[in-house]
Order: sequence, then C-alpha cells, then structure tokens
Amino acid sequence: MSDTTLLVFRGDSIKTGTEQPFQVPVQEGMVVLDAIHWIQAHAATDLACRWNCKAAKCGSCSAEINGRPRLMCKTRLDEFAGEPIHVWPMRAFPLIKDLVTDVAWNYLVNAEITPFTPKTDEPVPYRMAADDVERVFEFRRCIECFLCQDVCHVLRDHDQKAAYYGPRYMVRIAGLEMHPKDTVNRTALLHREAGIGMCNITKCCQDVCPEHIRITDNAIIPLKERVAGRYYDPIAWVGRKLFGSKAD
Amino acid sequence: MSDATQTYTHDVLIIGAGGAGLRAAIEAAAGGASVGVVCKSLLGKAHTVMAEGGIAAALGNVDPQDNWQVHFQDTMRGGALINNWRMAELHATESPDRVYELETWGAIFDRTPDGRILQRPFGAHTYRRLCHVGDRTGLEMIRTLQDRVVALRIAVYMEVTLTRLLKDGDRIAGATGYNRQTGDFVTFRSKAVVLASGGWGRIYKVTSNSWEGTGDGVAMGFEAGAEVLDPEMVQFHPTGMVWPPGVKGLLVTEAVRGEGGYLFNSEHKRFMLDYEPEKKELASRDKVARAIYKEVQAGRGSPHGGAFLDVIHLGSDRIKKKLPSMYDQFLSLADVDITREAMEVYPTIHYAMGGLRVEPDTGATTVRGLYAAGEVAAGLHGANRLGGNSLSDLLVFGRRAGAAAAQFVKSVSLGALDPASVADEQRLLLGSLEGAGSENPYLLQQELQAAMQEGAGIARTDAGLRTCLQTILALKRRADNVHVAGSRLYNPGWHTARDLRFMLVISEAIVRGAIERRESRGAHWRTDFPNADPNFGKLNLIALKDGDAMRITTRPVPEMPDELADLFNGEVRQKSA
Amino acid sequence: MAWWIEPALTVVSYVGFFAYATWSVFSGTYVFADPYVSPFFSTWIGFGTFKLPVIGLLVPFLAVIPLGLRVTCYYYRKEYYRAFFRDPTACARGEGVRGRYTGETRFPLVLWNLHRYALLLTIVVTVFLGVDVVRAFIYHGHFFVGLGSVVMLVNVILLSGYTFSCHSLRHLAGGGLDCYSCVKAGKARHRLADALNRLNPRHGWFAWVSMFSVGLTDIYVRLVMAGFHEPRWIA
Repeated sequence: MSDTTLLVFRGDSIKTGTEQPFQVPVQEGMVVLDAIHWIQAHAATDLACRWNCKAAKCGSCSAEINGRPRLMCKTRLDEFAGEPIHVWPMRAFPLIKDLVTDVAWNYLVNAEITPFTPKTDEPVPYRMAADDVERVFEFRRCIECFLCQDVCHVLRDHDQKAAYYGPRYMVRIAGLEMHPKDTVNRTALLHREAGIGMCNITKCCQDVCPEHIRITDNAIIPLKERVAGRYYDPIAWVGRKLFGSKAD
Repeated sequence: MSDATQTYTHDVLIIGAGGAGLRAAIEAAAGGASVGVVCKSLLGKAHTVMAEGGIAAALGNVDPQDNWQVHFQDTMRGGALINNWRMAELHATESPDRVYELETWGAIFDRTPDGRILQRPFGAHTYRRLCHVGDRTGLEMIRTLQDRVVALRIAVYMEVTLTRLLKDGDRIAGATGYNRQTGDFVTFRSKAVVLASGGWGRIYKVTSNSWEGTGDGVAMGFEAGAEVLDPEMVQFHPTGMVWPPGVKGLLVTEAVRGEGGYLFNSEHKRFMLDYEPEKKELASRDKVARAIYKEVQAGRGSPHGGAFLDVIHLGSDRIKKKLPSMYDQFLSLADVDITREAMEVYPTIHYAMGGLRVEPDTGATTVRGLYAAGEVAAGLHGANRLGGNSLSDLLVFGRRAGAAAAQFVKSVSLGALDPASVADEQRLLLGSLEGAGSENPYLLQQELQAAMQEGAGIARTDAGLRTCLQTILALKRRADNVHVAGSRLYNPGWHTARDLRFMLVISEAIVRGAIERRESRGAHWRTDFPNADPNFGKLNLIALKDGDAMRITTRPVPEMPDELADLFNGEVRQKSA
Repeated sequence: MAWWIEPALTVVSYVGFFAYATWSVFSGTYVFADPYVSPFFSTWIGFGTFKLPVIGLLVPFLAVIPLGLRVTCYYYRKEYYRAFFRDPTACARGEGVRGRYTGETRFPLVLWNLHRYALLLTIVVTVFLGVDVVRAFIYHGHFFVGLGSVVMLVNVILLSGYTFSCHSLRHLAGGGLDCYSCVKAGKARHRLADALNRLNPRHGWFAWVSMFSVGLTDIYVRLVMAGFHEPRWIA
C-alpha cells in the first residue's frame, strides 16, 4: 500500500484560501472521494465536502480535480499514477467553505421554467409511443451535479448568470419541449429569459457530463434550431404570416 | 453564523425530501396547508435517487393476470406474515394510481410496444410488475416529484438538519436543529410534522446507503415517545459490489437478476437451483442473501469473497439498454466489462423494514400530530421487503400522511414553543465544539459500524448480539466525550458528532429487538434459533422510551379479515376460527 | 496531449484550407482533366454552348456556398470560437478575450441562425458534385475507372457524410417535432430523424476529413492536368 498526495483547497474565500497537502494511504480502486473521507476521519475533521451516494447517481460530490470539473466519486486515484492531485471547489459558484459552493442560483433558475403542462382532458393512464419518448430519456438522465454549469464559460468566466440559464436548464427545457404530452411552447422563454443565444456551442458542458448526455448536440442545438425557426428564419416567418401563426 | 435562532412557521413541517417527503408535501399543499420541507442535502439528492430497479404496481400491462390481490399476497408472504395487512392492502390497491399520477406530472417510464408502461420481473413478485426506466427509476421519480414541488412553490429548506422534535404537552409543536451551511440554529414551529427521513443503513460498515441514512427520524420519534416497530428487521440486499475495497457495498440492482442474470459459485454451479428450485435467482432477498452467504462460508466464494453474477448471455445491446448505469458503474469503478465478465457480489445492508409504528390509513404515529411515511415508518414490509415495493410505499403512504396532516392541522392551533427544549438541544449540539472531549466522531462511527456488521449482521447469535450491545452502550458514553475542530461553518465533523447519537439509538433498538426475537424470520436469521417460531409469528416487537432507558415489548400482529385471509388457502389464521 | 495542440492544429488547418481554396478558385485555371473535375468547379456549368466566361463568373459564387456551410456549421463554430477567438480557449482554462461577451446574440454572429439555408444550398451543390462523380466514370462514352474516379467518389461520400450529419438537417427532417405519432407521416419522419441522429455524432469527423478530401481532390486533378500518369483499371 503506497501513499499519494492530495492538495486540497481549504478556506472560506477563494482569494484567501490555500491548498493544504495531505498524505493519504492508497488502496486498490480508491477514488478521490475515498481520499477526502480518509482526510476527514484522520487529518481534518472539519474538511467540508458534499457527497451522498458515492455511486455517481446523485451528483453531489462535484469538484475540480487537476483543473477539470469532475465527480469525486468517479475519479480514481490510480489515474494520476502517484502524481499530486489538486482538488478544488467548483469555481463558477460562490464558495462556502473548502470544497462546498453555494449552488442556490441553479435552483432559482429552475423555478423560472414553465413546468410540465399536459392537456387537462388527457386520458389517464397515458399512452405514449416508444418512438416519441426515447429522445427524452437522455435528458432525464441528468443528475444535477452542475458540472456543466461550472464549466460553461458564459457563467464561469463571463459571469453572465443574469443572461443565460446554463446547460443544465437547456437540458431540462429540451426534456419538456420534446415530451409528447406537454402542451406549452418554451421557444420565447429560450430566446429571451433563458438566453440560448448566449451559448456559443463550444461544448465544454458535453465534455464534462458524467452521465454522457450529449448536451450541446442533442439539447442545446435542437433548441437553437427551434429558436432560429421562430425568430430568424425569413421563409418560416412568411409561412406563419400566410398560414397562421403555428409557432414552430 | 449567528447565535440567534432563526424561526420559521408552517402548518405542516415535512422532514425529508425523498419520495415520501415530497409526495407528502404535494398532498398537504393540495389540502390547503402551508408546507415547509426540510432536507439535509440539496433538493433531489435524497436516497430515493439511488433506487434502480423499479416501482411495483399491479398494472397488469405485461401479465394481464396480475391484480392487487396477488400483489398483496406476494408482499405478505415476502414479509413472513408479520406485516400490517391493512398497509399491504392499501399499498397493493393504490400503487397503480400513484404510478399513473407520476406520468401526469411528467415522468416517463419504459414503454410496451403499444405505448403503455413496461413492467419487468423481480424477486418474489409472481408476475412482471416493476415499472421502470432502465436502471434509474429512482432518479425519474425524485426529479418528477421535485419538479412538481417547485411548480407548486412549496418552501424547501435545503441543507438543514433537524435534531429534536418539539412538543407542547403530548402533541407536536415543531422541531429544532441547525443549518448545515452556516451552522446557524433553526427552529420550525408547526401544527403537524411528517417524518419522511428514510432509513439507517449507515450504521453498518458494508452498506448501499448514503451518509444520510443515520436514522435521525426514527431516533427523534423515539425520543419524542413514539413506538418503534420491529427494529431488528434489517434487509441485506443480496448483491452489493465487493471489489475494489472503496466501493464495497455499493448496490448492484436486482434488475440484473430481473433481466435474467445468473448467480454462480466458484465451481461455476448455479447454486440458486438448489436453494430455491422454483424461483431461483428471483427468490425473495432474504433467501438469496442467505444462499450467497452460505456458499461463501462453505468455501465456494469468488476470489474477493462473493458470488459471481453473470449477464453475459443477455448480450451487449440488451445490457447497455436495460442496465446502463450498472455497465458504467462496473466499467469505471472496477474495470469490469459486464458484457464480457461476471460481476462479484455479496450481501450489503440496504433497507430497514422496522421503524415508527403508524396507523395504516393516516401514517399517524403514537404521538399526536406526528406522522411518518416511507422507510422511517414500519408495518408494510414485515420481516422482509420485496424489491420495488419501497418506491410504491413512498408514494402511497407519503400521500396518505400528507393528506392526514393537512386534515389534522385544520382543527388545531399552533402549539406553544418550549424554549427549554430548544436550549437543551443547542447545548447538546455545541458540546462537541466547545467541550474538552477527545474522541473523534468519525472513528467512533467506524467502531459502531464494525460492531454492527459483526454482531448484528446477516447471521446473528445471542452471544454476538450481547457483545454488540455492550459495545453500543460503551460508545454511547464515549459519544459524550467527542470533540471536533473548526467552527460551525459547514463542518462535517460537527455534523457527524450529532448523527452518531441517532445512530446509537437505532443500533441499540435493533440489537435489543434481535436478542428478543428468538427465531429466524425473513431477514432476521438467528443461527442459534434457525427455524421460524409460530408464537413469534403472532408478534411484532416494540422498542419504547422508558425514562432514560429503552424497553422492548410486544404487540400482536393485526389479524386480517376473512376475505383477505381466504386468499392464503389456510396458511394464515382465520379471525373467526 | 497538451491542451493547446488541438487549437493550434485547428488554426493551421483552417487557414491553410481557406488560403488554398481561395487560390484554387481564383487561379484562373479551370481545373478539369477529362473526365475529372475539381470539386471547386463543376462540369454542369459551362458545358455545351457556354463555356469559360460563365464558369469564371459562377465558380467563385458556387464555391462560397459550401464555405458558408462550414462557417455557420455548429461543429466549426465550436472549433473556431475556441481556437481563433479563445472564447473559451479550452474547458475551464479561462478566456483569451476580455470585454463584454454577447454570445451569438449580436451581428454578425446572430446570422449563424441561418445555417439551414447554407445547408439547403449545399445539398444542391452536392447534387452537382454527385453528377460530376458519375461523369468521372464515363470516358468517351464508355465505362471507365481510373484512380481519379475513385478519388472523386470518396470525396463526394465524405462530403455527403458531412452534409447529412448536419444538426440543421436533423431538425428539418423531424427533430423539430415534439410528437411523431401526432403528425402526418410521423413514422417516416421519425425514421429519418433517427437515422440522421445516428450520423450526427460523426459530424466533426466528417468535417475534418471532407475538408482535406476536397483540397486533395483538387490537387489530384491538377496533377493529372500536369501530366501525371495515373493508374487506370478500366479504360
């Protein structure tokens, strides 16, 4: 059994906080979260981190490991071949302490999205064809780890949280828009409040998604196409004028 | 952080934001009550999210012969007939509506070719009954309920731990605790409290449960005077991961066997053919877990001390479609490609059948104004829970508890706040930070987990249980001597110091109950009393607070009415007989 | 691999391709070596009574269409925003550009919303190129196979792969629908959208290889014009 060094961010302000080194004994198959737990039990009982399931199902243990946004429970120590491992909190959100950030903004954004709205007289139980729902399953795989929000440069570097909902909520809206029983059209929301035009499809969200959701290709771009059809396509505009306004 | 205590007021306070808590919140809000939901984690991270295989409801979409009577019998038989029959009846009759209701809130299950909800087979369910979405059914359920709660603008207090129920005389008046983020103290005043705080798998070393499963709710209810029913009944899920060590105990969903997986021993023998020739791998969980345990004890285990679980014959496409997160989990955490290699599995702590005793129709506990639903409540599952019955349990009884609480608060006013009780709790909380103790809360927790694994595990004896009880009582004294560094600002060591006390309460109840139940029944396997005892089959055990001590008493198992008893062809006593 | 290698390669390749294509189109040479024609040109135009003058006018116009597809392409956008504008440079690596960020909401980037028109015009161009490939297998009225025929065939397959894996096409074909079983011909549209959806993950790969294959095909035809004796299997 060998040791490895973890350099863990400690502090309650990103400016004054520093990396603190810890020597952690390594067992086969250990992940970064195991190492953090070892540190909590043996070296720093007050080291703050979020975690729940330790099985990549809840999306709680998001952090930046050697500069890359990842789930700590899914990042194995043997990947780093004994090199020191830097563990930092997500940088796109305000720091609370150590590895824990304040992600409340995401929940506020979520509440702005028009919820699932079926027809009031839709017969229950629903009949839905597999062909109609299979696209939506991908979006519903999201575990809300917020790594996509963290890596999105619109939110992270430009801090345009007022202008853009971020990739997670593009995924949620895609799941609602493509739901065969939903009756609401959220194209106007996407164009204005959600700010889909702010995304310049540089795909970092898709790169970091632990659930392998093709966020940009399958959620954001199809929604951009819907917005293009509604707001930018001149022939579609003429069509709507001539044949009535059936928005997208 | 500040020394002032923040106070919030709601008609109904719901503790826990898993399936039961959220469903109760939706129903209580529909009943016109002002509702506050408190959860220890962020919204949407509750343990429900980890449920994989599916939700049991007799829709009969795949097997039209299925109906609620069959589901009822499966549940009662699976629970070795010490279940509360009325809960099992309500559960079987109402589950279908609760599942359909989820789809009206935006959930989507896997489909049959004609567009209805697809159902898969599962252990000890007579027919294909589990509605599912691949192997992430719990995620679908929690997200649907979460979205519904958000749409209804129900107040949710995230990362708040409530540590003591407040009473006004014999009735509930609220609860108090702390904000995990800031360390601030918080108090909720309410006319009713619904406990939906889940289970206590974290008291064992090898568990499929998250850190949250520390038994807060059952311990708080116990401290407030509620009865704890059948605490000794703890479920071992037959298939947890065994290797590598970091993931030991991580759940391997029963859907693996539901989809057709086989269990083999080291001699490549499908041993379930011998233990359960009829149901084989899909026998109830207690039976499969024991079979794996016995194979390993007999020296026929896998290299890391488990059994082999093999799905290779299903083919790569089917595995990736129906078991995608299992495929990913083994590949990324254990370097095992389950389309080419067998998994190694061994029983892992999974679920608590025991919990607070409740009225079947309302979820009311024995304390006025205190309700319980989901894993923290007891009665439905008896001595062993069937896979898929817990998700439907959450919905059926979450809804009933929410409705009953909303009804109850219409006729009562807010109870008086007991400042002494709040101050007492805050003193207790601050003890670990300000006291001169020397014990490390994490290490005490690990000692408890090791003791429970050893003494109150899958195979139990009187001697082992008594040793375990002594360890628990010693740890209880040492828990007063815990010290943690740092401030109250997001301090997990400080949180663990309090959690530890909850864990010790429920551990003691489990062990005391297990000592008293001198028979083997369902998940409770006493190697010194290897057979079921018909006398114990008529009894539920009760753990009750008696001064500062814990007392174990019994209650007769409620007898079912004739029309239900008739379903069992004489296996159960007729009331009239 | 260091994080900067990919953007650096992207810059070099894009600049190189753009420079070469511009030079080829405006070089004044009609890149044609019977029965082959460069993909920057087309035999459809200028055959019969017209000839060079019309080609000279139309070719730059036609060549602009596929270029427009690439400039407005969702895949290329990712690549050049990262590599040229460093916005972002790489994931979680910070920005190369300071100042107010407006994404694709302002002129000129807002025009990229018209990607679908570049696509539709490119499909027309691709048909032209397809006919050129058929002609590359016919020499003096006989079936013919030379290395150039194969080169042109491979090129048009890669170009079609790029065109048909386009996100806008998937949207127009059926991706824009919320419920297939609720509309006319829904089953067919689902099948089509589904097939395009399966092609879509390779869009970036097709973008790269088709860019090189276009340039290389042009170079190949120029080689034949310059007297290169190519292998011919059926002549």
